[in-house]
Amino acid sequence: MQIKQPSRRHVGKTLSAVVLGIAAMGITPMALAQETIKVGVLHSLSGTMAISETVLKDTVLMAIDEINAKGGLLGKKLEPVVVDPASNWPLFAEKAKQLISQDKVAAVFGCWTSVSRKSVLPVFEQSNALLFYPVQYEGEELSKNVFYTGAAPNQQAIPAVEYLMSKDGGSAKRWVLLGTDYVYPRTTNKILRAFLKAKGVADADIMEEYTPFGHSDYQTIIAKIKKFSSEGKKTAVVSTINGDSNVPFYKELGNQGLKAKDVPVVAFSVGEEELRGVDTKPLVGHLAAWNYFQSIKNPTNDEFIKKWTAYAKTKGIAGHKDKALTNDPMEATYIGVHMWAQAVTKAKSTDPDKVIAAMAGQTFKAPSGIVSKMDEKNHHLHKSVFIGEVQADGQFKVVWKTKGPVVADPWSDYIAENKGKKNEPEMVAAKK
Amino acid sequence: MSFLKGTFGCLLLALAGWACALTPEQALRIAEGESDDRIAALNAAAATRDAALVPYLQALLADEVKLAGGKALIVRGDDVVEAATGAKATLPDDAEDVVNNNRMRQALEGALAAFNLSSPDREVRAKAIADMKDSVDEGLADLLDKAASAETDLGLKAQLELLKATALISSPDKAKRIAAATLLAGSADPATGALLAAKLDEEADAEVKAAIRRSIDTVQARLAWGERLGVLFTGISLGSILLLVALGLAITYGLMGVINMAHGELMMIGAYATYVVQNLFREYLPAAFDWYVIAAIPLSFFTAALVGAVLERTVIRWLYGRPLETLLATWGISLILMQLVRTIFGAQNVGVENPSWLSGGLQVLPNLTLPYNRLAIMAFAALVLIGVTLLINKTRLGLFVRGVTQNRRMAACMGVNTARVDTYAFSLGAGIAGLAGCALSQVGNVGPDLGQGYIVDSFMVVVLGGVGQLAGAVYAGLGLGVLNKLLEGWQGAVLAKIMVLVFIVVFIQKRPQGIFAMKGRSAEA
Repeated sequence: MQIKQPSRRHVGKTLSAVVLGIAAMGITPMALAQETIKVGVLHSLSGTMAISETVLKDTVLMAIDEINAKGGLLGKKLEPVVVDPASNWPLFAEKAKQLISQDKVAAVFGCWTSVSRKSVLPVFEQSNALLFYPVQYEGEELSKNVFYTGAAPNQQAIPAVEYLMSKDGGSAKRWVLLGTDYVYPRTTNKILRAFLKAKGVADADIMEEYTPFGHSDYQTIIAKIKKFSSEGKKTAVVSTINGDSNVPFYKELGNQGLKAKDVPVVAFSVGEEELRGVDTKPLVGHLAAWNYFQSIKNPTNDEFIKKWTAYAKTKGIAGHKDKALTNDPMEATYIGVHMWAQAVTKAKSTDPDKVIAAMAGQTFKAPSGIVSKMDEKNHHLHKSVFIGEVQADGQFKVVWKTKGPVVADPWSDYIAENKGKKNEPEMVAAKK
Repeated sequence: MSFLKGTFGCLLLALAGWACALTPEQALRIAEGESDDRIAALNAAAATRDAALVPYLQALLADEVKLAGGKALIVRGDDVVEAATGAKATLPDDAEDVVNNNRMRQALEGALAAFNLSSPDREVRAKAIADMKDSVDEGLADLLDKAASAETDLGLKAQLELLKATALISSPDKAKRIAAATLLAGSADPATGALLAAKLDEEADAEVKAAIRRSIDTVQARLAWGERLGVLFTGISLGSILLLVALGLAITYGLMGVINMAHGELMMIGAYATYVVQNLFREYLPAAFDWYVIAAIPLSFFTAALVGAVLERTVIRWLYGRPLETLLATWGISLILMQLVRTIFGAQNVGVENPSWLSGGLQVLPNLTLPYNRLAIMAFAALVLIGVTLLINKTRLGLFVRGVTQNRRMAACMGVNTARVDTYAFSLGAGIAGLAGCALSQVGNVGPDLGQGYIVDSFMVVVLGGVGQLAGAVYAGLGLGVLNKLLEGWQGAVLAKIMVLVFIVVFIQKRPQGIFAMKGRSAEA
């Protein structure tokens, strides 16, 4: 653009144009606000968690595109507001505040790590806003302002450990609980330790190990697992390692030749996306527990994968445009956005309280093959649990699943302090 | 138990004059239903030692078997045959994959291995013995006995004897159990340790228990050696990485005195150069993909060196002798470089694959595997170290660098172009950082903030070793590596890191000049 020095004659005209422009600018946001409903997307697009979270941002955008293609909600289009909290936990709270008070979003879809969720929770509760959290987590929390579309411990961790204890899982008797050092692994392992004790496993048969975020040297840990497994009966490893540390962990596991038939590793935060770029041939047979795998065969999933493949191609999403992968948190995100849309339609409003009331009992045909239902009271989805084994092509093959959907139990009964706690948010309980 | 039933059932059938070859019904039972029933059916079929089973087992292990209309079909591409009869068949649309979990695969491998024990190929026999380890039981003792007596290779014969002992440790005969437990003391396999520990709990007889306990002690003592060597290896491996990341800094900070906060980003540039070379190879030279790392080494050196030269010429040279300003300026540069890479390559990590010759590991002891990528980095670090030492001590350029860093004015008086030497020295340090980045791409993640994780480590090594000394960096790098790994084995990764930092703080308090102090007049300069 060329900038011309205005001649004196034009100054008057220019001034009035500027005044008009300012007036127009003042009006436009209001006019736009009436036309669109803003939706916040709060996922790390850089830092150690970007490996897992970036694709969830794209999933939200895809679901929003779908809803807009059908005419939007309440006669308005949805408008995504994407921010990058950069795997920085305090920044999550800051960005959440910005989304709620500055952008005035109707709902926020975001967070992966529990530490990020804990960091934004007060923000959402104070301003009575809505957060949809799409990842499996440790429970021990139930907020009126959050809908948890991922699994609670009894929908992932406990069934996985039960499977490893069964004959088919290798009748494991000794346990290595391995995790990244933050709230989710620590709490999950606390629950698992209590659960294992209830099953008669001695303390000496449990080894707990933690590494910092972004840890990349897993030599010692693997050596420790090898030593531990040679000292007693069949050993299994439960991994709650999160983020990009999983790549060096699985590389080391493969290079050191720790085979699944000797010491199986079951992971709770490793899906198709995290194993991209890892040579999975030495890892065949290691396990993951989720409520969805890309390899599950049913028409809804076929369509979901097809939609994602097409979306990734048109948007040129790095990695996915050549090799489209779907995973459990993506499915949970997808269900979350659509259920929220259904609830808004039912409530005929985006007011958080009305939407919260309308969310109870919502159903959605999930790619995992069940009709996913939002519990009437506890803000969690009913979910089927699958155990998958890693294949040479980086996909998972389902070797075990629950008979039907499992109801979430966010306040795990295996933790003594939780006795008598009701599985419903306090505010809602008080109203009824 | 179900296995025994199956075996007996088949034996009875055999006695009654039935042939126990693979029938379509059997093939189906091996492929369908609960794992318990499938394994029973498998063992029944395997007990006949009928070689007709082999191709079916191979197909099952290769995931080529599908179920349709109450039949097991082997599907290889468009070629579909019935599993038992080998007759041509068509694949219905509703055909289901046969899913083998770990337990099933182990049973299948074991059954297949039993056939391979008599293979003429030594490699096949060795693999068979390894595969059988996990699924061996008393029913196979006779077979193993036969195989052991027919075995000509002494190493394999010993392994077969151990395998037989593994089978006999659950024998109902007490004498056999004791003999087996004693024999197993000769094993150095971690799996034997686990097996013996499991048997110790099940065993009721005191005499056998004592024998098992003795064997456990012997095996554990042998394993302990592997563990000790393992700690040493991981320590040296970490040390070699620390040395590589610190070596460049030993030149830019140690010799030249530039507090270069962008050192980590120069590594990151080297790692990204490796990534670019990898992509070029994948695109244009897929046949030679395995060798991309070799091509990436010089490229990562020159890319980082070039960036280093530009930095030196444009920013750093104006700040010599002003350490605080240098620190701030280079820190700013590090942010700019990171953001630049984010803009070009994206904020997410990029995938750098290990070439096949850097995957896997060398098994030295049954419980000690040395990964090839770590071995390669050790060798690489040693080569870089030798190269840098020769360059600094034996070449004309090295002489100039030493001369200029020790006494700039005197060197200038002698006709040395000090400005040019500065540029060369700084780009050399930057280039070595690039080499470190290339090495790091093989063990860790490559992302824009790769360098952030190593900048503290590299300063730690240089300061601990003694500023201005290459030898100091070597001792400090290896020492910190081994110390870190010892502490990690004892207290876990999080605490180990803290303890190492505390150690360094205390050490520097006591000996501010580091392990090696500069001596003589040059120390004052």
